[in-house]
Amino acid sequence: MAFDFSVFCKETIGGEAVPSCLGRKGDPTYLDWLISAWGWTLSVAVLSLIVALVVGSLMGILRTTPSKWLVAIGECWTELFRNIPLLVQLFVWYHVLPAIFLSLRSVPSFLLVVFGLGFFTSARIAEQVKAGIQTLPKGQRYAGLAMGLTLPQTYRYVLMPMAFRIVIPPLTSESMNIIKNSSVAFAVSIAELTFFAQQAAEETSRGIEIYLAVSFLYFISAFAINRIALQIEHRVAVPGMVGAGK
Amino acid sequence: MTNLDFGFLNWNLITNFIWKGLVFSVQLTLIAMIGGIIIGTLLALMRLSGKKWLVMAAAFYVNTLRSVPLVMVILWFFLLIPLLIGRSLGAELSAIITFTVFEAAYYSEIMRAGIQSVSKGQVNAGYAVGMTYKQCMQLIVLPQAFRNMLPVLLTQTIILFQDTSLVYAIGAYDLLKGFEVAGKNFNRPVEAYLFAAVVYFVICFSLSMLVRRLQKKIAIIR
Repeated sequence: MAFDFSVFCKETIGGEAVPSCLGRKGDPTYLDWLISAWGWTLSVAVLSLIVALVVGSLMGILRTTPSKWLVAIGECWTELFRNIPLLVQLFVWYHVLPAIFLSLRSVPSFLLVVFGLGFFTSARIAEQVKAGIQTLPKGQRYAGLAMGLTLPQTYRYVLMPMAFRIVIPPLTSESMNIIKNSSVAFAVSIAELTFFAQQAAEETSRGIEIYLAVSFLYFISAFAINRIALQIEHRVAVPGMVGAGK
Repeated sequence: MTNLDFGFLNWNLITNFIWKGLVFSVQLTLIAMIGGIIIGTLLALMRLSGKKWLVMAAAFYVNTLRSVPLVMVILWFFLLIPLLIGRSLGAELSAIITFTVFEAAYYSEIMRAGIQSVSKGQVNAGYAVGMTYKQCMQLIVLPQAFRNMLPVLLTQTIILFQDTSLVYAIGAYDLLKGFEVAGKNFNRPVEAYLFAAVVYFVICFSLSMLVRRLQKKIAIIR
């Protein structure tokens, strides 16, 4: 069984090989398509991550407030988005919501997927953020309040700066998961890597080469996120804390 | 706003379309859980054996599978199995093999943490009374590791049950597919997907409540 990666130099419509592998003027080649699919994967992942971080932090914070109602909201949110499979959630975003709320029909499906994946991940991030806040000694919260800070100020200036640093390692693995989970977007026809893999493998019957390339791109994307997160972790480390390095 | 009509849902439909899918999803979850925990435990033992080749082989297995999305692994196996054995096994059997192999990587990390949570003194005590490595693992370390990690193993199984919906990629007939086919047949796809979400939620939420209860029980005894 010999590998034949020349399949990537072929045009997607005519099937003819292009010497430069990148279709400059004519039809795009499979390599062009692969690169654009990678772009879609990264855009879905990065935008969802932003949604997930914002919403997840908010929900995590709500779950640690003294108000019973806010805690309940945060917990319902977490349970709702944690106990439905991602694929089913995406179907709900893609098929169900636009049918019920007609104004959503004009929203591009890419954005629906970003919110779907973002909210799904936000439940996991809320768990981590909540755990991070709870590991802080209670005295910190009381000290902040005793100094006359309001509750939001206590969170902003006392609790969150430490809590976020504590949760960086679990957030790193969530960020890597989001790259992997973005693959589920193939099911709602986002032209990302897995969608490309399925389509291109069928068209060219060169499945192994295509899957190898796609798996490799997933691997290096997750690896890159890991490195970036490590950099952030080092940069924001508080001297004297465990994990602050030497 | 359009009106939702759940009138198409009746007992007949559930027995005809959805039950078959639920049975397969549960089957897939149970087989992958049992197979995954067995292979995963072996992988964890390999990683903790201290023998260079065994450690490297197990680490390679676990890290490779953990760095590729599950959907891609499902597609890989669906492509490779027929090439290796010369005939197609069908989407369902292919999914069962894939999930067992894939989940083993995740269960092995849990079991590794579990084995490491057993104190070294226990192992030394075992050796001191003349047990072999195998006896020590079988009779002392693994039962405790398993028990300590039971809530985590079960939580992973709930995730596994959710992930079985991804067999959509190769068209196997699971719970989600059951809803989809029912929705298409009655021309009510929107309601079918919504109902699917509710059913998955009820199953997973109840299971995670049970796990939480079990966790409390275990925590007290320890």
